[in-house]
Amino acid sequence: MMSFMFAIIRRDLLLVMRYPAEMLNPLMFFVLVVALFPLGISPEASLLSQVAAGIVWVAALLATLLALDILFKADFADGSLEQLLMAHQPTWILVLAKVIVHWLISGLPLVLLSPLVASMLFLPAEALPTLMFSLLVGTPTLSLFGAVGAALVTGVKNAGMLISLLVLPLYIPVLIFGTGAVAAAAQGLPVSGYLAYMAAMLIFALMITPWAAAMALKVGQMQG
Amino acid sequence: MSWFDNWHLPKWFYQMASPKWFYDFGARLQPWFAGLALILISWGLVWGLLYAPADYQQGNSFRIIYVHVPAAILGQSLFLFMAVAGAIGLIWKIKVAFMVARSATLVGASFTALALITGAVWGKPTWGTYWVWDARLTSTLILLFLYTGVMALNQAIPDRSVAGRATAILAIIGSINIPIIKYSVDWWNTLHQPSTFTLTSKPSMPPEMYIPLLLMVIGCYCFCAWLIMQRTRNEILDQERQSSWVARYLED
Amino acid sequence: MQLTTPPILLQVAQLACERDERCLFSGLQFSVRAGEIWHVKGPNGSGKTSLLRQLAGLLPVDKGDISFPAEKSLLYIGHKLALKEQLTANENLAWLTALSTPSTDQQRYSALAKVGLRGFEESLVAQLSAGQKRRVALARLHLQTAPLWLLDEPLTAMDQEGIKDQQGWFSEHLKKGGAMVFTSHQDLTIDGVKVIDLSTLEEARV
Repeated sequence: MMSFMFAIIRRDLLLVMRYPAEMLNPLMFFVLVVALFPLGISPEASLLSQVAAGIVWVAALLATLLALDILFKADFADGSLEQLLMAHQPTWILVLAKVIVHWLISGLPLVLLSPLVASMLFLPAEALPTLMFSLLVGTPTLSLFGAVGAALVTGVKNAGMLISLLVLPLYIPVLIFGTGAVAAAAQGLPVSGYLAYMAAMLIFALMITPWAAAMALKVGQMQG
Repeated sequence: MSWFDNWHLPKWFYQMASPKWFYDFGARLQPWFAGLALILISWGLVWGLLYAPADYQQGNSFRIIYVHVPAAILGQSLFLFMAVAGAIGLIWKIKVAFMVARSATLVGASFTALALITGAVWGKPTWGTYWVWDARLTSTLILLFLYTGVMALNQAIPDRSVAGRATAILAIIGSINIPIIKYSVDWWNTLHQPSTFTLTSKPSMPPEMYIPLLLMVIGCYCFCAWLIMQRTRNEILDQERQSSWVARYLED
Repeated sequence: MQLTTPPILLQVAQLACERDERCLFSGLQFSVRAGEIWHVKGPNGSGKTSLLRQLAGLLPVDKGDISFPAEKSLLYIGHKLALKEQLTANENLAWLTALSTPSTDQQRYSALAKVGLRGFEESLVAQLSAGQKRRVALARLHLQTAPLWLLDEPLTAMDQEGIKDQQGWFSEHLKKGGAMVFTSHQDLTIDGVKVIDLSTLEEARV
């Protein structure tokens, strides 16, 4: 079971290394979206620092979303998905492996990049650890729910827009609590409640999404 | 899904799974629902709009709750209903269940949209703007987004049996998330702007205001039952057009 | 030597396939014994690929039954070859075999040599021709030990030499007690090929 999972993770990371744009594009997108806000609203530090948490979280949502396409689309198109589904292994393991890869190339780099964009938006320094921690706990939830959306649209042509319609509403609680945590930290209020709630959402997502995505993948095969 | 195969269910359950049986069953039930809906809705509307006392703070504008509240309740219930129907379809491989879920989608989305529109209309005299990020309106808006997703997915997949299964999974995941979304939006709302007026959370509503509302809610449920059956039966005729019983029915 | 009947590897009973609300075939019945080779025939759109995908467990079976009396161990090479263009031939075979029976570099090199791709082991699949890509996929036949092969159009894009080679591999597999089901528009020259003709099945039904 574990070796199956590692075989998939290793293959996908090798593919990303061969074509690093797949990983770099969402990150550049993340920084670019963040840079649009000062241009669109105002470069004033007092204003930006108030909305910084929301901007970073919205940009993270969109960047994660952009990277969802790589989860199953290529595997469906070239027939790899058939072989992965035929391996005598539970399909939810395949989903988990894919989610881990997705998080490693989108969520984790976003966590690491967040100090940079936070300083571009004048986020108060005392809120930065909370921002990073909330991203660390929140982005895996995004990857998990995103996997369900990506699995549902395997076999659908031009699914880019469709997948955002399916997935973004499910991302809203993560957005609310992620931003809430950072805002509370900026005001010097305790944040553990928010983070605990986000952790609970992650556990909840871990319980239901691998199953749902696995089922969706099998349904998607019906159009292969 | 195979671990459900050994479950033995009552005979009527499998009967319901047959498109022809559902078609005939619907034909017998529909007049009852249509009649009940007509009576309850007209009774509730006349009572609520003409005879119920005006609200002491909001005056007559509160009367829109007689449309808004049933619409919001139906919008939510139908999403759950769609998920349950979809789950039944997935677990016991019942085609009719997918058709029911598919028929409920547009009905539910329409009621959700109606709840948003009536909420906005009510917002103008009460708050002075059509849109306020009120907790209930915001969750209703997100619910409409969830419906949009289901409808978009349904349209994007041409094979109806695939579309039925895929939308069922999405509806299940969505309905599991609805309480989380509601909770987080409520929480977000109290943090940002505690609105002085909310459309429904009246501490105590006198019976002469409350009973017409109840009549409207039950009437709308009956109306939905009638409408969903009608849409499902049309869908059955369309999907089963090659089978002999449909040909026989169409001849009569 | 042929006193005992070889074991049944795959049994199909009253199988039907419906796609897009259209019945492709129904009432399909056959059993594949060790040492047998079955050729699924039929015009385009008659459900050849769907049948193979059903056998592979990729399409749900709504009517009828597919069973594997012996151990269920399949090697399926579909219409889509499951090769990653950005990976080399060797790397592709490595992950494909890792899903069931992990292989060593040495084994993969010798399998690639058997399919005539000596010297292309570390070439990116993107740089290979259509026929060479199919050969990479078919190299799995020499790496995986599954007794039952399901091959969708294995002869496509192959030159005369390649077709001859493949028939050799098929015969060898059958002699070792394996079996296979394949689709093709082309007839093989192997003896004893059994045929499932989906077009006559359709007529029989109507």
